[in-house]
Amino acid sequence: MSATATAADSRPMIELRNVNKWYGEFHVLRDINLTVERGQKIVVCGPSGSGKSTMIRCINRLEEHQQGHIIVEGTELTGDLRNIDTVRREVGMVFQQFNLFPHLTVLENLTLAPIWVRKMPKKEAEEMAMYFLGRVKIPEQVHKYPGQLSGGQQQRVAIARSLCMKPKIMLFDEPTSALDPEMVKEVLDVMIELAREGMTMVCVTHEMGFARAVADSVIFMDKGEIVESAPPTEFFANPKSDRTKLFLSQILGH
Amino acid sequence: MSDAAATLKSLPQSGGFNNSPLAQWVKANLFPNWWSTVITLVLTYFILKFLFGALSWSLFNAVWSIEGTDTEVCRELKGIGACWALIAEKHRFILFGTYPFQEHWRPALLIVVFLVLYGLSTVRALWNYWLGVVWAAGLLSIGILMWGGVFGLRFVEQERWGGLPITLMLATFGIALAFPLGILLALGRRSDMPAIKAICVAYIELIRGVPLISLLFMASVMLPLFLPEGLTIDKLLRAQIAIILFAAAYLAEVVRGGLQAIPKGQYEAADALGLSYWKKTGFIVLPQALKIVIPPLVNTFIGLFKDTSLVLIIGIYDLLNAAKTSTIEPKWQGFSIEAYVFVSIIYFVFCFAMSKYSQKIEAELSHTHKH
Repeated sequence: MSATATAADSRPMIELRNVNKWYGEFHVLRDINLTVERGQKIVVCGPSGSGKSTMIRCINRLEEHQQGHIIVEGTELTGDLRNIDTVRREVGMVFQQFNLFPHLTVLENLTLAPIWVRKMPKKEAEEMAMYFLGRVKIPEQVHKYPGQLSGGQQQRVAIARSLCMKPKIMLFDEPTSALDPEMVKEVLDVMIELAREGMTMVCVTHEMGFARAVADSVIFMDKGEIVESAPPTEFFANPKSDRTKLFLSQILGH
Repeated sequence: MSDAAATLKSLPQSGGFNNSPLAQWVKANLFPNWWSTVITLVLTYFILKFLFGALSWSLFNAVWSIEGTDTEVCRELKGIGACWALIAEKHRFILFGTYPFQEHWRPALLIVVFLVLYGLSTVRALWNYWLGVVWAAGLLSIGILMWGGVFGLRFVEQERWGGLPITLMLATFGIALAFPLGILLALGRRSDMPAIKAICVAYIELIRGVPLISLLFMASVMLPLFLPEGLTIDKLLRAQIAIILFAAAYLAEVVRGGLQAIPKGQYEAADALGLSYWKKTGFIVLPQALKIVIPPLVNTFIGLFKDTSLVLIIGIYDLLNAAKTSTIEPKWQGFSIEAYVFVSIIYFVFCFAMSKYSQKIEAELSHTHKH
């Protein structure tokens, strides 16, 4: 993973260099180094409390890091609000709890940010929203409220909502963990399709089938550090560290 | 079970009435056993006695009019029948205070303007910028009506205003201005910026910690001492400002309760979409937070409506003060209960309407999106 090119096309989309973060005394991220190239799909896994969610939440500054550098598409995340705005325009995020806006219809959920952040005309924003709802295969739900949809449908709306901002990078924070088992597939199918189209993605997930299908690299985190990073075939066939082996045996063992 | 109760219980079973749903409900809820039966009978006795007393005082034995200026008829029936003749003679004074008698159509029209504005504002379909324009026009016409001095209307100085228009003005502007101020204070109290947070906390705690009466006194007596020579703000405006500042502190805490109920995920989703602080607040946080706190909000509004009556202590003739003053005349002395009942009904109508409207809007909002 080299990251020294200067041309916009070849520079990494996301770069984390020696990132450290503490919650009080608790050292939640330890010397994280990670480079994500354009179009790469990274799957991050690890036991709960390993810092994987915190790490991706640092990428769009929902969390602040205290040491090191995070550079997204050439913009370094600092306290500068303009930089944070720039990065958030390019980075979409999908949450474990969907976080749809319950007082707005599906259509309003999708068009709010394009209209008010991207200054897109309302009609154009609605056409785009319909396009992405078609892509996640629920165009018929457009006038419903989130509370009237199933979990799987809500999560697909959440993905469409992020896509409406035309992000260059998508972050997924355990997108299927809050879903009933029968709804996991419909969400993963949408994510796989998105991956195949070349979206740059960082996914925190324990769906190892998804990792095998699309990931360029699987990262295993434990106790705030990246323990292992390898392409999926190698990661699953030949895990190097004992911690990775133990983790894999726990999630794949049954 | 005692014999008496058993007898009581078996009594209604002899008729065909017994099978109707009403009879079954009555039996199940009012006479299920001997002690419930006793309680029902005792309470019924007191309720009927009270109702009969109230009706005979207010209707059957009431004096509706008097001949000439002699209130002797009323005095003879004092404590037995109400003297509504007072209202018949003084209702215009109670409603409009010392406003020039020939010009009473102006404050009367003002009340109509306010009622129309309230009515339009309750229709959610009309909630757009036109409503703002309508309100601006309404307020302008209210100013013209009350002051006059243009369009051939006689000028009426503010000292002569009184009655229901004063109450409606204090309450309407009180709610309309205290509400946004309260929202800003609530947001400020949750701000990351220490100075803003400290100012908001200090304001809320300070204002909440003193009685409204003391604020009104300060506004009326102390404020003019601090103003530069020659600059005066009229008494009504000073009272209005005191009411706004007071209500805002209470509303701020109500709104803060709603803000705290919004899950962190809503803020994060808005942040992740790149919404600025004000857009996040305006589109995502406040609509949800305010919906949650509709009951306590309306509670505070109703409280504010009635608190406007405290301006009587600084000598403003609002509805309650006008009612009190209406019985000062020797011939009407001793009939203040009638005057208070009359204005109580007016207060009740407005407060009950607010309560009903809040229930309606709550129901509407819960239909459109359930969590």
